[in-house]
Amino acid sequence: MGVRKSDIVLLDDKGIRCDGRKIDEPRHIMIKAGVLKNANGSAYIEFGENKILAGVFGPRDVHPKHLANTDRGILRCRYHMQPFSVGERKNPAPSRREIEISKVIKEALESAVMLENFPRTVVDVYIEVLQADGGSRCAALDAAAVALADAGIPMRDMVSACAAGKVADTIVLDINNEEDQEGQADMPVAYMPNLEKITLVQLDGVLTAQEYKKCLETAINGCKIVYEVQKKALKDKFFGDNPQ
Amino acid sequence: MNTSIIDALKKKKILALLKNGQRIDGRALDELRPLTVDTGVIPKAEGSARVRLGDTEVVCGVKIQLDKPFPDLGDRGIFICTAEILPLADPNAEPGPPNEEVIELARVVDRGIRESHMIDLTKLVLIKDKSVIGLFVDNSVTDYDGNLFDACSYASVASVLSCKVPKWELKNDVPTLVPGEVSDPPTTTIPVSVTMGKIADTIIVDPNADEWKCMDSRITITTNSDGNICAVQKGGEDGFTFDQLVKCSEISISTGAKIREILKQVPGGNKC
Repeated sequence: MGVRKSDIVLLDDKGIRCDGRKIDEPRHIMIKAGVLKNANGSAYIEFGENKILAGVFGPRDVHPKHLANTDRGILRCRYHMQPFSVGERKNPAPSRREIEISKVIKEALESAVMLENFPRTVVDVYIEVLQADGGSRCAALDAAAVALADAGIPMRDMVSACAAGKVADTIVLDINNEEDQEGQADMPVAYMPNLEKITLVQLDGVLTAQEYKKCLETAINGCKIVYEVQKKALKDKFFGDNPQ
Repeated sequence: MNTSIIDALKKKKILALLKNGQRIDGRALDELRPLTVDTGVIPKAEGSARVRLGDTEVVCGVKIQLDKPFPDLGDRGIFICTAEILPLADPNAEPGPPNEEVIELARVVDRGIRESHMIDLTKLVLIKDKSVIGLFVDNSVTDYDGNLFDACSYASVASVLSCKVPKWELKNDVPTLVPGEVSDPPTTTIPVSVTMGKIADTIIVDPNADEWKCMDSRITITTNSDGNICAVQKGGEDGFTFDQLVKCSEISISTGAKIREILKQVPGGNKC
């Protein structure tokens, strides 16, 4: 997290951020459900400059077999970035960062998916980041949750994710790449909007106890905004003008 | 499998005790296991520590050497923190490449120290963009009884606080080691991680191996010497409510302050 100097004005005196947003305004979010033919469920999200595809397979047989659980299904998740998704080419092999993000996304979705209905099976969630911007793990989670719902897998609630952070000593919603690099703190949060439970929270950067609370509240408000977009994506697919 | 039957019985017992606010090893809900920190245990390392947290034991060593800076951070020294669960520590640990849990462990310990700005990396530059000093902090778990996050974190912090940085001088623009001369590391604060588990909506501090197995979810919160929060990592299947997360942050600040007093006792700890 940056303390590097740069010429970017992160927050001007009118409270406008470097990309023209207000402090409580998320970037543009667009989600489309059911974009892949072969996957049981899928979604495509554009979240700011993030462009991410998620595909869900299952419940299906577990390979290798010893991973199967006799009293409930298992969830597997792979978050993967394309080599061309970032400024400098990324090595296509999974990095330690991607392995950690895969794990936290899996844990954020696990409590929503009713895996107890599908013993001895696996639900595979594959996430491919085609273009990355700040907050790609949240955008990836948003797409993955819609893809799970699109696959018709029973869920207790939607999972909606959005980050908040501290930029120029102010708590702001949904930090972008520049704010991630130059800002003071980044807190990605995933939230089940009806059960009011936080299923993912991480933090990089220094916050006082008060700021921590404010940051959590701000991120949860962002999750609620994302939730509406997720619902719309699913409604458009199943009840829209051109249902598939 | 016999072990899973025993685990199921233990879980029942743990849940029954927690209903009355009691824990399986008799601790209070916010009580840490006995923590001992010995430094200088590996004289060949520039800094080292052995930490025991209950029956969890970690040996940590800091090696300090010349390195090239990262291309986009030419005005910073290097800090890298790793963790490994040795096969002798746990019957379930296997030699080989790290699995996702070990990767998460190393990254959470690294993040707590990095984000607190404990080490002023700008003071470790010899020639900008060319030559910097690197601190390589390697944690080896030698015995397992749960909560590796905190044990590795305390071991890393104690090793860094007590390490001695060798001196390099520029001779004709070439960094040259000055034998026998060392200095204290440029430390600014003492980050303390506090890991809490949630079992049936009860928050417990420093879960042991039995409790670790039946947690619904966990959270690790790192605070710095000012009592501010500098890193958070939630794990496990279940979620937290907003109020639970606020409570966890309060516990991490108060418990962290007590643990910081222990870490201040190690050589180099009193100046932060």
